[in-house]
Amino acid sequence: MKSAVIVFPGSNCDRDVQIALRRSFGSEPAMVWHGDEDVPDADLIVVPGGFSYGDYLRAGCMAAHSPAMREVVKRAGAGVAVLGICNGFQILCESGLLPGALMRNAGLRFVCRDVHLRVENTETVFTRGYAGGEVLRIPVAHHDGNYAADPETLSRLVNENRIAFRYCDMGGDITEDANPNGSAANIAGILNEAGNVLGMMPHPERLADAALGGTDGRAMFEALAGKIAA
Amino acid sequence: MKIQVHVTLKNGVLDPQGKAIERALSGLGFDGVNDVRQGKFIELEVAENDPEKAKAAADEMCRKLLANTVIEDYRIDLG
Repeated sequence: MKSAVIVFPGSNCDRDVQIALRRSFGSEPAMVWHGDEDVPDADLIVVPGGFSYGDYLRAGCMAAHSPAMREVVKRAGAGVAVLGICNGFQILCESGLLPGALMRNAGLRFVCRDVHLRVENTETVFTRGYAGGEVLRIPVAHHDGNYAADPETLSRLVNENRIAFRYCDMGGDITEDANPNGSAANIAGILNEAGNVLGMMPHPERLADAALGGTDGRAMFEALAGKIAA
Repeated sequence: MKIQVHVTLKNGVLDPQGKAIERALSGLGFDGVNDVRQGKFIELEVAENDPEKAKAAADEMCRKLLANTVIEDYRIDLG
């Protein structure tokens, strides 16, 4: 199994992802500079967090049009698994791989803390290492994580079981208080129609090693590495 | 030709920054200020001199990059 990480000017979670992938995949991920259209063959492409292009114009918007992302869009269409984390989620929305948009947090503050997520769909290459309804503790660190989409898109996401994670309280209840950024329907992560593209605001790579204070994120990388039976 | 593009959040999309500005104005004693909406203003110079063509090009620029039409509307003025 091979993986790749796209690196933009302003990415700052690329090396955390690199370490998580190295550990789960047992191979070195290819680190691909954004200006490079030549993305090596990979079973998984990660678009990492950070502040690509300084969030100019809109978070993720410049990066979405980079040469490497044009190739990522093609690969996603061919069925390759693509994971966008935080700024990566914003980039996937801006590139059209995922519906909707990520707006400024409703509270206007940068939110940087652990949140709880409820796993809503375990039938994906990303989430099959989790139990349905399992509550994870994963950090968020963002200013623009307020997921918005028109009502038709939101009901499609629900009806097609494309909400992967929702913000919840410690007990797994979906409450307004547990929503750190005002996201519609407490959405923390969504899938594309084919289920091979996941965008999420929380950072699973930041809790993928006991030395970091938790391992709730690790099962995602283990599942993607094919270590968890489908 | 100069083109001016105004990008604003769609009606119905909550604008927390606009709300914060509204509260700040009220705090400064400006009463009766409502529905503050914050947007972006982008000015560009294009080589095209035909207004129709310039406007069509700007429209494509807005759809592809300058605005996110999921949440934003845009208005194009030729200068």
